[in-house]
Parts: sequence; structure tokens; C-alpha cells
Amino acid sequence: MKPSKSEQLVLKGISGAPGICIGKAYIVDREGVNIIKRYPISDDMLPKEIDRFKHAVTKAKNDHAHVIESLDEDIGENLTILETHMALFKDKMLYGTTLDTISNEKINAEWALRKVSRKVKALFQQIDDKYLQARVNDIVQVSDKIMAYLVGAQDIKICDINKRVIIVAHDLSPADASQIQLERIKGFVTDRGGKDSHTSIVAKSLNIPAVLGLVQATTAVKNDDILIVDGSTGTMIINPDEDTLFEYEERLARYEAYRAGLLRESHLPAVTQDGVSLNLMANIELVEEVVAAKDYGASDIGLFRTEFLYLDLKRFPTEDELLCKYKELVELMTPNTVTIRTLDINGDKVNPYLTAMEEANPSLGLRAVRFCLENEDIFITQLKAIFRAAAFGNIKLLIPMISCVEEIIQVKQVISKSILQLEQEDKIFNKDIPLGAMIEVPSAVIMADQLADHVDFFSIGTNDLIQYSMAIDRRNRQVAHLYQALSPAVLRMIKMTYDAAKNKGIELVMCGEMAGDPINIPVLVGMGLTNFSMNSVSIPAVKRLIRDLDAEKAKQNLKKIMNFNKAQDILDFILKEYQAILPFGETDE
Amino acid sequence: MESAKVGKNPITIRKTIVNNELGMHARPAAKISEIAGTAQSDVWLCVDVTKVDATSIIDILTLGAIKGTQVIIEIQDKADVNILNQILEFFEDGFGEK
Repeated sequence: MKPSKSEQLVLKGISGAPGICIGKAYIVDREGVNIIKRYPISDDMLPKEIDRFKHAVTKAKNDHAHVIESLDEDIGENLTILETHMALFKDKMLYGTTLDTISNEKINAEWALRKVSRKVKALFQQIDDKYLQARVNDIVQVSDKIMAYLVGAQDIKICDINKRVIIVAHDLSPADASQIQLERIKGFVTDRGGKDSHTSIVAKSLNIPAVLGLVQATTAVKNDDILIVDGSTGTMIINPDEDTLFEYEERLARYEAYRAGLLRESHLPAVTQDGVSLNLMANIELVEEVVAAKDYGASDIGLFRTEFLYLDLKRFPTEDELLCKYKELVELMTPNTVTIRTLDINGDKVNPYLTAMEEANPSLGLRAVRFCLENEDIFITQLKAIFRAAAFGNIKLLIPMISCVEEIIQVKQVISKSILQLEQEDKIFNKDIPLGAMIEVPSAVIMADQLADHVDFFSIGTNDLIQYSMAIDRRNRQVAHLYQALSPAVLRMIKMTYDAAKNKGIELVMCGEMAGDPINIPVLVGMGLTNFSMNSVSIPAVKRLIRDLDAEKAKQNLKKIMNFNKAQDILDFILKEYQAILPFGETDE
Repeated sequence: MESAKVGKNPITIRKTIVNNELGMHARPAAKISEIAGTAQSDVWLCVDVTKVDATSIIDILTLGAIKGTQVIIEIQDKADVNILNQILEFFEDGFGEK
């Protein structure tokens, strides 16, 4: 029997970033399947092949030793992780078994290594304990490094892909995702990840359609399969039939027309029908995103996430390196304001080189300001760079993950130390910049009235606030449906924060994903919020809705909304009440 | 990996327990393999019927030994009794994480 032509297969995942794309699949996995070839080695060539493997291990090991040397000595705990990796390079199971496999099976080193590392992975999958099971990552990292030297590439990098493709990956790390080059990638799908995961945030900022949490994308898809990715509904279709293709091509055209319409209006002011003027700002991660932010009509940078440079360098940047980036950003944005959020490391942005200790529960662990206060030198380095950059433009300083008053007091002490150092070093700087606290932990909401006495502004980080309020891991598919911005509990949290800020006369910004979804805007405007920061691409749609919205009416509706006790009732009410002005595309289906 | 069986050679064994929070993870495994690496003869770790080479980090990790797991340390040569004691101590110390 002849194999029939592959049949259409529809997979449902989670919407990562809106939009539709049609293209060919390109599978990326950590082993770099796409570039590893298998070929036989003749007996007389075996010693040479074994040497080649040993050589690659030595090189990878030296490279690794170099990383260890380049690290600061005061982060001693990190060293143990890296030193463990050092020992793994020559581990019997990885090193010895690969050598045996080369000689016994007479195959090339790459294939032997891949075979062995697959076998090791399978062994680990049988371990019951999730934490110990995850240790396989250490081995994968080491084997990836050796592999990189074997195939002669520095790293298997997404930025080297040179076809217009749809990326299919098990997961994309923040660093992977940031390397994606727009003009080369049509969209991406991943097995892991959920709504509001870091991957989704990056996809939205790059403005390419993405579907996450598909579970079996990498197994179901083969390289060069034709895929349709509908990021708005979280659907991926493999090998679509002609009817489906036709339907999606039409939808794609409609979607693009809608986007184009929005873009034309993006320079108009964000003012409601009854004259309430709102401030729409951009969340960015890379200095390069400033151009997009301006194109989409952002007034300021409401949130500059500073982790990227740390993750990219895989070591702690120096004060001057940080200053250089911050100064560039601030100068590009002058006379507008840039809100710089200090290091929010750990949580979902784990980096093996930064985490001092393996934590069973990183998002409840030593992250963000907690990490910074524990590692004061790292914190001071960043603060000094921020104060120095403030001499070149308008900066606001934002501290993430504040959970109690003591922390903000401690932060202020570290700020004083930093300023003292700058004075002693005779540096040019500006210390008179507003200090803000992220409100993203329920305890901070409850203490907001007290916290307000110590800071100049609040910024509500809805992603974490929802996660911590509802006690759900937003990347966990099994509970992701409970992650609802319009939950009555979340709305009450926001209202409490708003009231505290208003009573104490400090400014309030919302910088989470919640602010970027038009469906949430009527509630937020109804409460009285006026400052929203979001991914640049979301600005046009939010702006259009605001321009159609009646703020006074929204205020009246809020009273009804706050009386509902179920998220679904709130959603239904909004959909019905604002049907005429809610955007097409992003919320259909 | 091979099944544990009573060896023909006289062997010395010690029972111990994993008593740190995170279980026998990469760092302890690396340390054990380092100690075992200095032995004259084979050193084995056993959990239930699984017996692994104590000089291989990966082998040790595949035991998946969480807190409370009983582990048997086994040496083949009396000369390595010192090694056995060192590993035992390391276990009892909660891998230095307590």
C-alpha cells in the first residue's frame, strides 16, 4: 500500500501572540536534530574519530573553565553548579559510553554522542521525583556544548536560520526567543509555555503569531510540513487541506487589513469620547524595540526589563556596560520618560549562571529585589548605572517584587550607599529620580496604603499579581485556565491599590499584560486608571478602543461589574456591553 | 546498570539514608563520584535492586534518590574502606546542605 498523503491535523494550544501565518515548519530542538548527520567510520579511521571526540570534549571543557574563571568570586555557590558540569564532561556514562559507541558501532562521534545522551534522557524520565528528573538538564547542557564543538558551530543558534519558516520547538528560552530575527521567522509554536509566559511576552513584542503549550508539536510536526498557525485562537494545523488553506488565506488578509487600519490611527491621542486623556506606554526589553514603540504610538517607556543583558552575557555586567545601554535608551527617548525596573532575575527567567542555589520553587524564592538585597554588590552596580544614566534624560526607578515595607526601606539604604559611592568617585549622575514599587504580590496590595508613604509611584505588575493571588503557575497547562485577569479577586486587588495610591496622592501605572488586552480596558478606565504600559504592538488596538470608549459610562458599568462574583459573568457582561467597540480578531472565538 | 547480586568476593557494605531536602542531585553526585574516583577498586551505590557505578555522576543521578531513600554503599576491596567511610560521612552530613 502506498502511504497516503499526510492528513490534516488540528492541534489546540494556548494563544501566545495574535495573528495568522502560513508556512513551512522548521524544528529546533536542543540537540539540533537538523544538523546532525549519521555516517559510518571505517576501522582505520576510528582512532581519528575518537581523537576528534576527545578534542571536542577538551575544547568544551576549556571553554567551560574559562566561564568559571570569568565569574566573580563572590558568587561562589554558582561555581559549584559549574564545577559539577566540569566533572560531567569526563563522566563515564557520557564520555566513556560515547567512546565505546564510536568504536563498537563504527559511527561518527556526533551520532554516538546523540545516541548516548538520548539514552541518558530516557533513564531520567523514569525518575519519579520532579526535581531530580530535571537534573537531566545539566547533562543536556554539557552534551550540547560538546556537540557544538563537534559540528564546528559555536552554538546551535536560532539567529543562524536563514529560511522564512515557522519555528517548532519544545520550548524557547528568553535568550533563544530574543535571537529570533523577524524578517526570517513567520511565527512559532512550542510544546511548553502558557499564556503570559515569558515566551509569549517576547512573541507579542516581536509581533509574530505564536501558539504555545501544544504538548506534542515537536513530535507531530516534521521538518518542511506545511503549517498554519493561528495565534489568536491558539490553533495549529499541520498539512492543511485546500479548503482550510483557502479559508486561512482569507482570514490572514482580513487580519492584515485590520492591523493596517489600526496602525494608521496609532499616532492619534489616547482620549476617550468624553475627553479623558490616557497615557499609553511601552514595555520593552531591548533598546532596539524603541523604534517599534514609537511607531506604535507609545508616549513613554513604562517598563524597561533589565534582565536581558544579564542573561545574554551569562555573567554580571559591569557598571559601565549597563550605563552604556541605559544611556543609549534614555537618549533615544528624550524628552520622554523611561521607567527602568531593576533586576528581576530568577522566577521564570532562571539562568544557571545566576542562581546561587537550586530552589524547589523559584517563583516563591530568592528572586527580584530579594535577590538584589542579598547580593548588594550586584544591586549597587545596577543602581549606580541607573543614576548615572539619569544625567542624560528622564528616568524613573522601579523596584520589582516588593512584598513588605521593610524591603523598600532596605532598598532606600542601598540607594544611599550607591549615591555615596558615586559622589566619592566624582561621577556625573542625577539622584533626583522618582522611586516606584511594583505591586505584584498580594501582601503589597494589602499594605499599599503604607507602602505609598515610601515611594513616588506604584506600578501594578498584573502577570505576577494574578499568579500569586490565584496561586497558579502560569506556565502549567493544567491550571492555566484559572489565570484570569478579569477574576473578581484580581479586580478587587487592583481597586485596593488604586484607592491607596489615590488617597496618598501618588501616581499609579499598570504595566502587566492585562493592560494590553482591550477587553480589560473598560474596567480599568472605569476604576480611574490612566497610565497603562504594554507591549508596543498592543498599543494601537488599545488606543482605538479608548478613543471609542465613554469613561463616565465605564465608571457606571464598573459598579455592576464589581457586584459579579464570577470571572465568566464579568467577561460576558463586558462582551455584551462593549460588543460594538471591542476589536475584531484578537477576541473572536 | 546491573542487578545487585551477592558477589563471590568478600565485599563490605554500609546502609545509609539520603537526608537532605533536595535528594541526591547533581552537586552531591559529583562529589561522591570524586571520592569514589580515588578508590583502588569498584565502588557501587544500590537503591532497591538497582546498582550503579559510584564514579559516574549520571549513573548516580539516575537512581533518583529523594530524601529518605535508603542507599547501600558497596566496596569490593578492603583497601577502600576509607573511601566507604568518606562517602558515608558525606551522606550523614546531608551532603553539606543541612
